[in-house]
Amino acid sequence: MTATANAATLSLTSVSAGYGSFAALFDVSLEVRLGEAVGVIGPNGAGKTTLMRVISGLLRPRRGEIGFGAQSLSSMPAHAILAAGIAHVPENRRLFPRLTVEENLRMGAFIPAARRHYGERLAWIYELFPRLRERRHQPAGTMSGGEQQMCAIGRALMSKPKILLMDEPSAGLAPLVVDQVFELVRRIRSEGFTVLIVEQNVQQVLDVVDRAYLLESGHIRLSGTAPEVARDDHIRRAYMGL
Amino acid sequence: MSARLIAGVVAAILIALVPLAASDYLLHIAVQILLWSFVYTAWAIMGRFGLVSLGHGAFLGIGGYVPALLWNFYGVTPWIGIPVSVALAALLALAVAYPATRVRVVGHYYALVTLALGQVVALVIIALRDITGGSLGMTPRAVGFSWFALQFPAKSQFYLLALVVWIAGLAVWLWLDRGTGSRALEAINEDEAAAASIGINVMREKLRVTLISAALTALGGALFVQYLMYVNPETVAGVGVSLQIVFAAIAGGMYSLLGPTVGALFTIALTESLRIYFGTSFIGAANTIYGALLVLFIIFLPRGILGGIEALLARRPAAVRG
Amino acid sequence: MDIFLLEAVINGILLGGVLALLALGLNLIFGVIDVVWIAYAELVMSGMYAVYWLTNAQGWPVLLACAAAILFVALLGVLVHLLIIQPILGSAPINQLLATGGLLFFLQSLATLLFGTDFRNLGVRLPIIELGDIFISFARLLAFVVALLGAAALYLFLSRTFLGTAIRAVAQDRDIMGLMGVDQRRIYLITSAIGGGLAGLAACLLLLQYDVHPFIGLTFGPITFMICVLGGLGNMIGGFVAAFVISQIIAVTGYYLSIEASYVLAFVVFIVLILIRPQGLFSK
Repeated sequence: MTATANAATLSLTSVSAGYGSFAALFDVSLEVRLGEAVGVIGPNGAGKTTLMRVISGLLRPRRGEIGFGAQSLSSMPAHAILAAGIAHVPENRRLFPRLTVEENLRMGAFIPAARRHYGERLAWIYELFPRLRERRHQPAGTMSGGEQQMCAIGRALMSKPKILLMDEPSAGLAPLVVDQVFELVRRIRSEGFTVLIVEQNVQQVLDVVDRAYLLESGHIRLSGTAPEVARDDHIRRAYMGL
Repeated sequence: MSARLIAGVVAAILIALVPLAASDYLLHIAVQILLWSFVYTAWAIMGRFGLVSLGHGAFLGIGGYVPALLWNFYGVTPWIGIPVSVALAALLALAVAYPATRVRVVGHYYALVTLALGQVVALVIIALRDITGGSLGMTPRAVGFSWFALQFPAKSQFYLLALVVWIAGLAVWLWLDRGTGSRALEAINEDEAAAASIGINVMREKLRVTLISAALTALGGALFVQYLMYVNPETVAGVGVSLQIVFAAIAGGMYSLLGPTVGALFTIALTESLRIYFGTSFIGAANTIYGALLVLFIIFLPRGILGGIEALLARRPAAVRG
Repeated sequence: MDIFLLEAVINGILLGGVLALLALGLNLIFGVIDVVWIAYAELVMSGMYAVYWLTNAQGWPVLLACAAAILFVALLGVLVHLLIIQPILGSAPINQLLATGGLLFFLQSLATLLFGTDFRNLGVRLPIIELGDIFISFARLLAFVVALLGAAALYLFLSRTFLGTAIRAVAQDRDIMGLMGVDQRRIYLITSAIGGGLAGLAACLLLLQYDVHPFIGLTFGPITFMICVLGGLGNMIGGFVAAFVISQIIAVTGYYLSIEASYVLAFVVFIVLILIRPQGLFSK
């Protein structure tokens, strides 16, 4: 078990990607090991969302290889990547606004493997986020931003993924709610999930992850353990205002 | 441009000489092609800017019935009846297009509103069966060759009239294409809000092509009745003919001057040859193939036959609109 | 109240049931796949011929023929999607509408080729029910009840099952369906099959009341589109309500004036309402 735990479970090797004539990622290599929490930080437009979309299959990489365990994800469609064990909480949460909270969670358990355990997973998510149980018959679009983020995370967890991708979970939320969201991330970690999180909120994300990468203009500029990255001069000046 | 003009004049003279050689059957086909080309061109005048009307049967029907009714019941010459019907068609177009433009009814909604408009006119014609003859149709009172009654029993005479009208239709298309309105409408079709924000009068540009298109279509309908000396709701109004107009224009290529004409040539040649090949024993066989071809056209040649050829000649991949 | 008017109102309600079923199918397809099947009524026509052919030419029992026809039209729906819609999913919406318009011609002509232009019917005469002074056709009542049951079954499917929830979800955010583990192409095919199946069910119910001929689609097709637009394209409940509003307009005007006049009024009401409220009557 220890041997596999140290091996990279998700690995990107020289991945390039973009939209039409616009290139967003250049030669990106990155890895996430089982049980780890990894952060990718960087400014707006650095390619962070593109990185997430490439991993979850919403966007095909132009070059490079994406491996997950023994599988190659590079040409797998998104729905197969979820079934393989990678769930993605998209930017801006993207709940189905007119479905109820419970129906959104049901969508998270769409794959056959998850459908079989729907009842117990739902009970588990409601235990994890009691607020969602209170709101379960409410259309998801009518909840507050923080509650929506909770629901989006819950929806992704319904498939019991091996890795959870989170794209800017704190974006657009009030400062107090941002603290709650990072508290959620800590709880998910303590549940034993492997997490890859993309954030602009550098200081707070470095508090919850083990390692981090800096992504600027589509290139990985820096990587290291969270404390190393937090001590880096460039990071401190450009992203922490220190 | 002048080379094309000369080529056009030469072609027109050659086409004008056709009656000297052709049989009555060929002349009949030629008149059909010219008149339908005119109607399809009229449709494409607005269709090419994304104003896809599924209700042009309404205007065709008004043009077909109003002069014939005025002639039969009041002895009013088509020289007055046709302008009246054209004005009525334009008025109806205005009554729908003005509010539709105001509240920005576009896309599917626009198509379905126009579809309903076509139905209204077809149903009104049927409902007024005491004067229109209902589904059975009606015949304008025939008086033989007469300029007053605009009746030319000889096919060669009507052929020349149809030719003149067809050329006039192309001239209108060109006139609109050359004007600044054309650029404005393309911009509107791309992004209406953006077009309005750079000072384009969306309402005026849309109404202009809509009114011209409706008016020309009514004229085409009137001439059909003068030629065939018979009219029924199925052939000039309703969903069937409305869709026929749309398809022929698209099959030929609604973005090109001669596209709708090619569409008329193609569809009429196709239905005629299929009809001759299958004979009357297989009613429906010809149209079955026609329907299947329409589907294939829209999937594989969205810019139509002529549009496809032009794109090939320009040696660049056909850009799909939308 | 005038007894004949009451009869007209009741008939209007009964007609509304089948129209509502058709509107549901069309709205489902529009909401989920974002296309208008302009040949939807011709799919119904195909189903009516299927029932007619299986019973009259092949001697099948009516119920079995109806079940087979529903499956047949569901399959047609799948073929429409695979052969016509899927290749042009990315092009202008109007092209998709027009491509199914080509299908309209195709199906009409094919029916003419196979069955001629004669009017055909099941040859089954269902009784007339007398309620006091009111006469109600049992066929219409049956059609109404089955249509409502069909609508209820669709509602349960869409609200209670994983697949049904996914179908509603696609209509709200199609780009992230992959992240839910949903294969969008599969959802489109299933939706097309359900849309076709509803057309097949409507076909069975209509054949109880009307003769079938190749152009029958033109008589109720346009009215179905109007109902969908009035309810708000893609808005299933709105379409359901609009079906009863429109059928009531037709029934009552038909009683006072003529059947053509009633349709003219329905279309005019439709045009006016759309020009006042382009987003449909029942949207917020």
